[in-house]
Amino acid sequence: MNGYVYYPGCSLKGSSRAYEESILPVFKEIGMPLQELEDWNCCGATAYFSVDDTMAAAVCGRNLALAEKAGKDIIAPCAGCYLTLKKSNIFLAGSQPKAAKILKDLKSVGCEYQGKVAVKHPLQVLSEDVGLPKIKELVRRPLKGLKVACYYGCQLVRPYTDFDDPDYPTKLDRLLEAVGAESVNYSAKTRCCGGSLTGTIEEVGLRLNYILLKEAKRKGADAIVTICPLCQFNLEITQDKAGRKYKDDVAMPILYFSQLLGLAMGIAKEDLGFSRSIVSLKPVWKKLKNGGML
Amino acid sequence: MEIQKKVKYEEELDSGFVDEIKEMSRCEEIDACIQCGTCSSSCPMAVYMDYTPRKIIAMIKSGFKDEALRSFTIWLCPSCYTCQVRCPSKIKITDVMYALKRKAIEEKVYPSRFAIPVLDRQMSRLIAKYGRNSEMWLILNLYLKSRNPFGLFKMAPLGLKLMKTGRMSLKKESIKDRKQLGALLKAIKEDTR
Repeated sequence: MNGYVYYPGCSLKGSSRAYEESILPVFKEIGMPLQELEDWNCCGATAYFSVDDTMAAAVCGRNLALAEKAGKDIIAPCAGCYLTLKKSNIFLAGSQPKAAKILKDLKSVGCEYQGKVAVKHPLQVLSEDVGLPKIKELVRRPLKGLKVACYYGCQLVRPYTDFDDPDYPTKLDRLLEAVGAESVNYSAKTRCCGGSLTGTIEEVGLRLNYILLKEAKRKGADAIVTICPLCQFNLEITQDKAGRKYKDDVAMPILYFSQLLGLAMGIAKEDLGFSRSIVSLKPVWKKLKNGGML
Repeated sequence: MEIQKKVKYEEELDSGFVDEIKEMSRCEEIDACIQCGTCSSSCPMAVYMDYTPRKIIAMIKSGFKDEALRSFTIWLCPSCYTCQVRCPSKIKITDVMYALKRKAIEEKVYPSRFAIPVLDRQMSRLIAKYGRNSEMWLILNLYLKSRNPFGLFKMAPLGLKLMKTGRMSLKKESIKDRKQLGALLKAIKEDTR
């Protein structure tokens, strides 16, 4: 397909607006402005596959068909959307009788899908299509002095391992180094944040996120950088309670990688959604001031 | 003291269960499990589970259907796929967990007020009806249907912060072409019955 269409998913229109507000200007700056997929529907996430996998693949199929009609591949910034759409895409292209039925039904409602669309995460597009040399060229304010813990979470690197290593990925580290930040050796980088467990069994959610926050603190990171809205949300909302429960200071800014990229590319701080953070970002601003950036 | 049998006799087990789950999860490799425990040691949730993932696979193979379907384990799996990429026998363990969840719902043996299956079902319903999830409505439904309205009050301070930063809204999201989505889901339902 020729170019990409942007698939926001529910989070980037709600609790993770800052992700949308930063990823769109970054792609514009690179010279690849993104259009939103017209009338996209939700991907179903892990929920729909737990209830009815045929319906789940069908609703994903509608999105894929819409993108195919537009002649574009999909960029999905949410790791959950990315995996769900990719998984359904592979299933629909397979030889299962169920897949054939879904494709037939999609066609019957005007959503014919021939399997031409690729589903990608923006980190993949930036690393592979755009490339680090081009990104380095666009840097106007290198993030000198900022130490980041690059957190990949689960669904970007698993179960499909065609883009980066499933246990110890490095693409995000290299990208942030390319814009001048220092990436710490974050050994919890693919450990699970618990996903929706933070909302369903809070104690468990607190524990999982405490482990992630603690490890970033231990490595001296000024901020954790995420590529997934749910990871960002969990790490942000749990730190207050986890700190009290485990009697430990784990307060830390949790940023989207696109926010830092945008900052480095010279996009105004006010236009990258930083004001939506519910934890203090002071440690980041302080470090960047020291680095002579702000 | 009454002595009770703790382990099932072979005739009390369901020998067809493994084939059912193999088909539902599209994973033939279940038979190849060597009980090495890589899945359980990789699982971030194993410490909270009533049966570890390794045990669940053994239970499926031996036909402990009831125990597997009624376990909390299957709902605690957050789909991080660590076990799945590490399994030396290439068992798609996360997909097997999904299959068990669906089977438990189908047979109505899941813990009906336990927040995780409630969340899954409510989110699926929102999407089937509107084509979109509305985060705020999903959370409201979660607390009401899991009969934990008190949980909502505990969430209020966070809710306030999210409102202030424009990250939460009461708007009900919907796609434009709900008719098309409805027709699609209806056709699928008729086709797979």
